[in-house]
Amino acid sequence: MLSDGIGAPLRRKEDRRFLTGKGHYTDDINRPGQTYAYFLRSPHAHARIRGIDKTAAEAAPGVLAVLTGEDLAADGIGGLICGWMIHSKDGSPMKAGPHPALAQGKVRYVGDHVAVVIAETLNQAKDAAELIEVDYEVLPAVVSTAEARTSPVRVHDDIPANTVFEWELGNKAETEAAFSRAHHVTRIDLVNNRLIPNAIEPRAAVGEYDSGMDTFTLYTTSQNPHVARLVLSAFVGLAPEHKLRVIAPDVGGGFGSKIFIYAEETVCAWAAKKVGRPVKWTAERSEAFLADAHGRDHVTHAELALDQDGRILGMRVHTTANLGAYLSTFSSCVPTYLYAPLLSGQYAIPAIYAEVDGVYTNTAPVDAYRGAGRPEATYVVERLVETAARELGMDPAELRRRNFIRPDQYPYQTPVIMTYDCGNYEASLSEALRLVDYENYPRRKAESEARGRLRGIGFSCYIEACGLAPSAAVGSLGAGVGLWESAKIRFNPTGNVLVYTGSHSHGQGHETTFAQLIASQLGVPTEQVEVIHGDTEKTPFGMGTYGSRSLAVGGSALYKAAEKIIAKGRKIAAHLMEAAEADIEFKDGKFTVAGTDRSKTIQEIAFAAYVPHNFPAGVEPGLEESAFYDPLNFTFPAGCQICEVEVDPDTGVVEIVNFVAVDDFGKIINPMIVEGQVHGGIAQGIGQALLENCVYDPESGQLLTGSFMDYSMPRAHDLPSFKVGMTITENPSNPLGVKGCGEAGAIAAPAAVMNAVTDAIGVNDLQMPASPERVWQALQRGRMAQAAE
Amino acid sequence: MYAFDYHQPASVADAAAALAAAADGKLVAGGMTLIPTLKQRLASPSDLIDLARVDELKGIGEESGSLVIGAMTCHADVAASDIVRRSIPALARLAGGIGDPQVRNRGTIGGSVANNDPAADYPAAVLGLGATIRTNKRDIAADDFFQGMFTTALEPDELITRIAFPVPQAAAYVKFPNPASRYAVVGVLVAKTGGGVRVAITGAGADGVFRATEMEQALSADFSPKALDGIAIPSDGLNGDIHASSEYRAHLIGVMAKRAVAACV
Amino acid sequence: MPTVSMTVNGKAVSREVEPRTLLVQFLREHLGLTGTHVGCDTSQCGACVVHVDGRSVKSCTMLAVQADGRVVTTIEGMAAADGTLHPIQAAFRENHGLQCGFCTPGMVMSVADLLKNNPSPTEREVREWLEGNICRCTGYHNIVKAVLAAAEALRGAPAHAAE
Repeated sequence: MLSDGIGAPLRRKEDRRFLTGKGHYTDDINRPGQTYAYFLRSPHAHARIRGIDKTAAEAAPGVLAVLTGEDLAADGIGGLICGWMIHSKDGSPMKAGPHPALAQGKVRYVGDHVAVVIAETLNQAKDAAELIEVDYEVLPAVVSTAEARTSPVRVHDDIPANTVFEWELGNKAETEAAFSRAHHVTRIDLVNNRLIPNAIEPRAAVGEYDSGMDTFTLYTTSQNPHVARLVLSAFVGLAPEHKLRVIAPDVGGGFGSKIFIYAEETVCAWAAKKVGRPVKWTAERSEAFLADAHGRDHVTHAELALDQDGRILGMRVHTTANLGAYLSTFSSCVPTYLYAPLLSGQYAIPAIYAEVDGVYTNTAPVDAYRGAGRPEATYVVERLVETAARELGMDPAELRRRNFIRPDQYPYQTPVIMTYDCGNYEASLSEALRLVDYENYPRRKAESEARGRLRGIGFSCYIEACGLAPSAAVGSLGAGVGLWESAKIRFNPTGNVLVYTGSHSHGQGHETTFAQLIASQLGVPTEQVEVIHGDTEKTPFGMGTYGSRSLAVGGSALYKAAEKIIAKGRKIAAHLMEAAEADIEFKDGKFTVAGTDRSKTIQEIAFAAYVPHNFPAGVEPGLEESAFYDPLNFTFPAGCQICEVEVDPDTGVVEIVNFVAVDDFGKIINPMIVEGQVHGGIAQGIGQALLENCVYDPESGQLLTGSFMDYSMPRAHDLPSFKVGMTITENPSNPLGVKGCGEAGAIAAPAAVMNAVTDAIGVNDLQMPASPERVWQALQRGRMAQAAE
Repeated sequence: MYAFDYHQPASVADAAAALAAAADGKLVAGGMTLIPTLKQRLASPSDLIDLARVDELKGIGEESGSLVIGAMTCHADVAASDIVRRSIPALARLAGGIGDPQVRNRGTIGGSVANNDPAADYPAAVLGLGATIRTNKRDIAADDFFQGMFTTALEPDELITRIAFPVPQAAAYVKFPNPASRYAVVGVLVAKTGGGVRVAITGAGADGVFRATEMEQALSADFSPKALDGIAIPSDGLNGDIHASSEYRAHLIGVMAKRAVAACV
Repeated sequence: MPTVSMTVNGKAVSREVEPRTLLVQFLREHLGLTGTHVGCDTSQCGACVVHVDGRSVKSCTMLAVQADGRVVTTIEGMAAADGTLHPIQAAFRENHGLQCGFCTPGMVMSVADLLKNNPSPTEREVREWLEGNICRCTGYHNIVKAVLAAAEALRGAPAHAAE
């Protein structure tokens, strides 16, 4: 192993600029002559726009333009799209209402975009926005997920029962049969609470138009600049792809929320041409709360059928998924194909049947948020399994063991699409039990009780499908795009390397991990490798970063490009050393004639490639190779989290006192970065379980958690230090043997925490977030139930 | 933020004059509430009169049986003050638990008390310790000062100069913080003084900080957590919001009060 | 428009500004010091923390005119002139205490204030101090580790030049 190659906890190359304040985030970019955009947002959850009078605003000081949905339509700018077609049970396509970047006719949630003011200064834009007179006919709103389908309110006038789709997966008849022969059926009702992503960098955009070249440049906070360009070109119709450059510079966290193509960046680019000046917009946090795509928001009833030995016979699940007022970019696939195919969990379940109804409400759009569908699936499976163990009086670890897919069963075909390719669930469970010191748990529980605290322990054995995704597979399921990835490796004549990737780093450390891959494969020191991403004009077309895909898909593309470099280098080396190509071995950055001490370094070969005075016939000069990699399968990271909590029975306050995560991510490139990803994911999962909750007023549709004053972000004091362990089964489906690690923590943690809290208080009927009041109320209910017995 | 004129007077007299002269002037002390309010365009004062350079408003001292804190003393300085820690340690701890370190470096006792946010911590101390609010015009007893949410006895051109806290025999403040804002969902200050026990509650009351007289009577007879058994705080008149219902707040008052008493004895 | 003058990272600066200009806007927009970030509008996330007269404050909740005559240090003023990272910056890098980097400048500035006042904090004290700094990436685990490591490094090191 090289000291900085695969497996080394190399310190990150990108850190220096971030630590010294020299990062370049979108809001740090200022263009000559730039103007400022301010969006007038709907104060109502649901209203018809009878008219907009913008004359006073247009006359206000410093104002260059006041633009509305009518102006967009007049310019032929199309609406935002949802890129994944879902079909209902009856075969009909999902019902998608229009999604204009600025409202046309109606506003459908508080924060919806009504108009934009472009002015010389931000204050002038804000001043003018106050002068816009909008004549609203306020309509009743539908907010609640559970009531969306029965409400008389229609979010989109022509979509009955606010139903986007009624989708199903699995075999209903087989599942019914499994339940009919069950010894025991466990039933549970779950709410997967709506979350607001809150990357600490708010979204931002600077749009610019060069009239001489007729080209647009859009700087924006994106996880996938090429996807943004594709959508803005092919669907929104802003400009043809070759006339639009999208740059996503340093991006301060995404967690899914910066995948999507939003109204604001669309409008900034479009408006830049209209006013003939660059247009800048940076979200205030309160705008992020209102108008970033939210996450989760499921209401689920789930049942598990078991035999007398605790073996799972079947599972059935009904979920209502709130998609908000409009279908965001990937919103339709999150509660369907990223959710139900994971309902088998780590278990051999013969029959599964899932139904998901996607619904519109007068709330912000809901789309992928860290884990996207898989946390919801894991929550259902692991709350069900834990509840079943309690009902059957079995150790929850033992019930899981009894149902695990065994290592000798791979490839394992689940009843819900997925073919798991490798794994060892027993290994991660055992390691987690060791790390948490399960043996001494009873002693710890007694000790807590002696201090007047209720102690509980909870498990979550998760699996996820990531490394998104084989293009043909997702295409057959309705995806509008392929999910391959690209890479380009360019050796410079002096032997250092530029690596171009279509994936994008917004905290994950690509500049380090990808450099380590090159160091290991090509023998070039990491400090001589520069990783370039986030600019459609520099990097090859790529699909971006989400779904824990960068290493499994983007890294594999990089691997393939490096193989091409080696192959070409071998030809050049053979020529220079007058040996047969087949006799050239490549190792540790050197081409060697087998069995001799004659060798050339890859840097020497690179130089020869650019100064090809003595060069093999028929070989092109230069040393630069590209590759596109389309994965063969999803990857299936899996593992086990165990959470121990203490509950203060007087207040209902939950404290996490022991938290273990053991993950199987396949081969690890940089363990330091991987552990960091796990920590961050766990924090978001704990946040969902204990703190975070997006609340709209059920009548008015006003967002009640519209700032950090009311939306509880996890802070350092809310969290413990985590114990993280790894087990490894190398992924057979990609050349690196890797699986992806970005989402696991967030996927597994909510169930682990809720299983622990409900164990501690002895009451299972508790929804996330387990706020002190909810826990206290549950304790009261438990006491009353006991008293009644 | 809307535009305003900015003034930096060097004396209380100049500050009061600037306030009186302004069409719609606002005093700014630490600005921890005011500046976010201005940023959100929820207020549009014509003039901002910054008290930061009024030296006579600063400082912590002792006067016959009282601890006297200048209005422009920031929370961090109260928390770190040897004098406060020695004479009323509960007050130092309360100040050290307000907001976060950066808020404590800017926010001031005078600003907090004048603002009378129903979830702020300081009003509990001022009322619970029976402090006297000194202004540029007069002395106001704590019991007369707080007049409902964001409302005080201060007149339009009146500003707090100092707050004098009688040193109690024992006192403790226990708060249940809002998990998001870290303001008090319920904060209880219990003080044992020569004149009896005072219990002040912040965060819970729909009209802001208030005294729990039934608790005071029980504790004056028997200063122990047990004395509070059976005293149920009615949830009527308490705040209820997405973080805590009025019923839960009522329950928390009992729990926090007992913990405060336990911390005293 | 009033003129404000202050010392920023050791240099005297003077600009005409509207009174409603926030200190963070002054730093970012007038001085081009974009290392100080804005992550919220309610004074909670702490991405904007800088030092004014040696104390950490949220520069999004202070007016530039209020910093007139003061000494301001931002993240750009932490490393030594030769580029050597401040021990806190070095500890964050060594312990992977940052991911996307957006909260990092405020985190570092906040921690610098902590360690000046409390050179040997416990893990609990570190977590309590970080009340005013929100990080969405790291789960704080490695930030806490970095702070404890920085404390140890600073206890062993001579007083650092930057502060």
